[in-house]
Amino acid sequence: MNASWPILSLVTFLPLVGAGLILFVRGDDETVARNARWVALWTTLATFLVSLALWTGFERGTAAFQFVEKAEWFPGTGIAYHMGVDGISVLFVLLSTFLMPICVLASWEAIEHRVKEYMIAFLVLETMMVGMFCALDTVLFYIFFEAVLIPMFLIIGVWGGARRVYSAFKFFLYTLAGSVLMLVALLYIYGDAGTTDITKLMGHGFGRQAQTWLWLAFFASFAVKVPMWPVHTWLPDAHVEAPTAGSVILAGVLLKMGAYGFLRFSLPMLPEASVAFTPLVYTLSIVAIVYTSLVALVQEDMKKLIAYSSVAHMGFVTLGIFTGTRQGIDGALFQMLSHGVVSGALFLCVGVVYDRLHTREIARYGGLVERMPRYAAVFMLFTMGSVGLPGTSGFVGEFLVLAGAFQSSTWAAAFAALGVILGAAYMLYLYRRVVFGKLERADLRDMLDLSRREVAIFLPLVAVVLWMGIQPKPVLDVFSASVDQLVARYQQAALEPGSRVASLAD
Amino acid sequence: MQTLAFLAVFLPLLGCALAGAPILAGARGHGVDRWAQVSTSACVAIAALCSVALFWTVALNHQPRSFELFTWIDSGAFEASWAIKLDALSATMLCVVTIVSTCVHVYSIGYMGHDPAIPRFMSYLSLFTFFMLMLVTADNFVQMFFGWEGVGLASYLLIGFWYDRETANAASIKAFVVNRVGDFGLALGIFGVFLMFGSVHFDTVFQAAPAKAGETISFLWFEGHALTILCLLLFVGAMGKSAQLGLHTWLPDAMEGPTPVSALIHAATMVTAGVFMVARLSPMFELAPAALHVVCIVGALTAIFAASVGLVQNDIKRVIAYSTCSQLGYMFFAAGVSAYSAAIFHLMTHAFFKALLFLGSGSVIHALEGEQDMRRMGGLGPKIRITYWLMMVGSLALAGIGIPFVFGFAGFYSKDIILESAFAAHSGPGAFAFWLGIAAAAMTAFYSWRLLFMTFSGQPRGDHHAYEHAHESPAVMLVPLYVLAFGAIFAGVAGYAYFVGDHRAEFWGAAIKVLPENDSVEHAHHVPVWVKVLPLVASVAGIGMSWGLYIRNPEVPARLAERFQGLYRFLLNKWWFDELYDRLLVKPSFGVGMAFWKKGDGAVIDGLGADGLAANTLAAARRVSALQTGYVYHYAFAMLIGVVAFATWYLVRG
Repeated sequence: MNASWPILSLVTFLPLVGAGLILFVRGDDETVARNARWVALWTTLATFLVSLALWTGFERGTAAFQFVEKAEWFPGTGIAYHMGVDGISVLFVLLSTFLMPICVLASWEAIEHRVKEYMIAFLVLETMMVGMFCALDTVLFYIFFEAVLIPMFLIIGVWGGARRVYSAFKFFLYTLAGSVLMLVALLYIYGDAGTTDITKLMGHGFGRQAQTWLWLAFFASFAVKVPMWPVHTWLPDAHVEAPTAGSVILAGVLLKMGAYGFLRFSLPMLPEASVAFTPLVYTLSIVAIVYTSLVALVQEDMKKLIAYSSVAHMGFVTLGIFTGTRQGIDGALFQMLSHGVVSGALFLCVGVVYDRLHTREIARYGGLVERMPRYAAVFMLFTMGSVGLPGTSGFVGEFLVLAGAFQSSTWAAAFAALGVILGAAYMLYLYRRVVFGKLERADLRDMLDLSRREVAIFLPLVAVVLWMGIQPKPVLDVFSASVDQLVARYQQAALEPGSRVASLAD
Repeated sequence: MQTLAFLAVFLPLLGCALAGAPILAGARGHGVDRWAQVSTSACVAIAALCSVALFWTVALNHQPRSFELFTWIDSGAFEASWAIKLDALSATMLCVVTIVSTCVHVYSIGYMGHDPAIPRFMSYLSLFTFFMLMLVTADNFVQMFFGWEGVGLASYLLIGFWYDRETANAASIKAFVVNRVGDFGLALGIFGVFLMFGSVHFDTVFQAAPAKAGETISFLWFEGHALTILCLLLFVGAMGKSAQLGLHTWLPDAMEGPTPVSALIHAATMVTAGVFMVARLSPMFELAPAALHVVCIVGALTAIFAASVGLVQNDIKRVIAYSTCSQLGYMFFAAGVSAYSAAIFHLMTHAFFKALLFLGSGSVIHALEGEQDMRRMGGLGPKIRITYWLMMVGSLALAGIGIPFVFGFAGFYSKDIILESAFAAHSGPGAFAFWLGIAAAAMTAFYSWRLLFMTFSGQPRGDHHAYEHAHESPAVMLVPLYVLAFGAIFAGVAGYAYFVGDHRAEFWGAAIKVLPENDSVEHAHHVPVWVKVLPLVASVAGIGMSWGLYIRNPEVPARLAERFQGLYRFLLNKWWFDELYDRLLVKPSFGVGMAFWKKGDGAVIDGLGADGLAANTLAAARRVSALQTGYVYHYAFAMLIGVVAFATWYLVRG
């Protein structure tokens, strides 16, 4: 099934080519900016089109890695340039390439200074993200995983808001601190297994003691990325200061890296440790869901509210992953994709009004529906996606996660379901304060409804949210074989005597 | 038949799109409004015709069918499809929903004629209708949940339709969130069903249910009879949607929405979804007697609670809202004594007369240009005679007035069979429900006539100008009322034999399951005569009392309120439920959220974590740099300490 074209490399490095082109753009500032925008748009669109081959060419029903590319890298060490995707990773590649053109469009007018550098940063970021999801070699993975930080750090730190430097450093240090431990773990793995090949490592079978330490090291890295409570506080700050498109990518793709790590490393390579630590993950997930939902309720800044809701939604993801059930992991994967689209769209919704009024303070708004009916409709749809209304993508993931959680612990399911109630409360409360109410302020009265460009941004997102909500089967089919394999491994580990220490789950 | 079913369910969705698309495209004006009114009404009307045809085939000619459209969610054993399930139960609901919806659509053309956002309103109404139809035609729990939450969304949008009113916005959020509390239980119930049966498909679950009747399940800290726990969880959902005691607080506030919305959603259709669900799940509830008892008691308590609050309300719509809540209680206690068919029968008749009452009150409000307080009404009978008589018909049907063995209004048949079934159940909860039901019946008649008297009789008490200009509604509003009035008069006598009478076994087929030993509807036909007559006596007594207090001695009510002030305040403030919830749940949630944010995230996590670390690092760095004093003996001392430390470490290790 492997196409003769190295599609994964193409998708990964095409943006880098675009970035290279932008580097050579010459002329006065305005020309440079205009050309940089167009090159970035065409590059990201082309990348997305190429990546569609993954959707059409991906063979459902097998857990094997597909579109595999392998070339020796450091001779003698076994470290290789090894790329490939399975049912777990392939859709994240598509999510990244799908969101990118939208991000470029969203930055079209909002970014006025250093446009060239900005677009380069985004294109480099795309390469790193896609590469991370495709990498099948731990060294390659680690490079991409860490390299993602650099462009994102710059995007927040250079193009961000007032407190951008504080937020950028907080973001960078938090995620870096976790990653250092992962590096140690990867070195240990290389020493123990003698290979950096992820496909081989999945069947390696680490000792119990080693598993525990490795699991904790990975956990330190991934938990920060997700982010899980209590290492989540970098996220609201980063979101608030990041430019709109930065928030979209941060929430849409970067938050998924941690959960992806759990699915790529922790669960398959360290199944016994994963089973043993399930109660810990459950507890942290539930706290994340309830705690951050309550915090979201009292926010006064639109972006902060959505950032906190992201933490809650990612709590569902981590909960689902560690249920070790088909529904739970299916749901977690689906929730990750859905959250990528929905929260990205919500940040874009904030961006729309921010571009017009340059404030994110909820109290400054009210009654927008009067002048912006199209905006109100779009915002309502994504609000519903966020609260998990059936018929939107948000429902499928959340419902499956809860169905999976109920099988292993009714406590976990009941507490997490509380988050569904709170989710409705904080999102509708936000919507009411921004969109409904009397239109009283003069500057709000002059706001224009969505422009053509903005409609073009939102239409694909609307379509995807509804499509995934009404007809999620094609997406779920992509997961099925890989998730089945993962579940089998987890369940086998769970059966081993003594693997389940004082579990919540009985 | 497949085409018919398809049309019946999806035409309202088409109507929604047809009405909504132009405004999203930016079109405005009279033509757009007219287009929205015509397209939505036509779509729903055709859907109603299709539904009647389906009812004919499916229910009257006993040909239940199911159509699967395509797979929706497929995750291992968790498989749910988009489907249209047609049996007597769903066909009945199809008819009720589409007929009332058509009436409300047409009525809205007149009632909302001067509103600036007509297309949005019509589009929402049709959207609601679609979700409601998806709910009732579901063949699995998940699609039912789709419709369930979908009608919640439509209800939210319509309660908050006048978005510039703060009260409307608050009410809409309250409705959605309180319903979500119910959905919390419903969702957990669905997960439990999936865990136990490995399927979310109705038929599969129902077939497997008897074999699982003896099993237990552990839920949270306790272990208990599995089906009882599942049914109770599912029933929490029903309580939310159908505004049963405890989760009822959103319904009176929902009256902030335009009156046609109250008629369609908050009286005739959506709020009955809980009753529908219990009937749909009768094969499960039948095997969980304890759960049925809970249903019965909650229903009976709601019936008496809401009726008692309805006695003293002054807002014309709130009186009817509490009446709805109370009537839903009747339906639930009927279901609780296994008289599901009686519950659905009352659901059907109630849809007609309650929609009639709501739309009639809308006609009154329309006549008085927005006045809703009955204390400022009065004497309207001669001014709006048609509305008056239509409201009278609705009230007669609601109070269940009729001449035994000759003829009665719709409620006469449906309410009586419920009370008779409760009596005939010969169980503790049944008797409880029967006596509370009789008391509630008297109250129902009382507040209904109180409403009629305060509105239409006596002297005008409100704004003189408004009274002078009071006018009868146009034909576009009256014709739907005639249709509903027709139903309120004849639905009972026409449906009796099929729903609860001699033909009920063939009529329902497999749609409702009742264990032979629980067949209270059968026993209801053999109760003593006093049981059959008592509800009527109670109603007539209620009317008499109302007449005595509001026509004969109109000064008495105020004196009574004065005399029994504690009780009056208790009732007027709706048993203090809202205040209780506000103090126990709403305020604490915000308080805890604030504490988590400022204290948890701010002081503890960031304070001890990131920012604290940064600050400590900075301080340490300053201190370290302070160490670089430049004095050689300082360095020498430091080196010495280092050497000692190393040596110690080697020795200890060695």
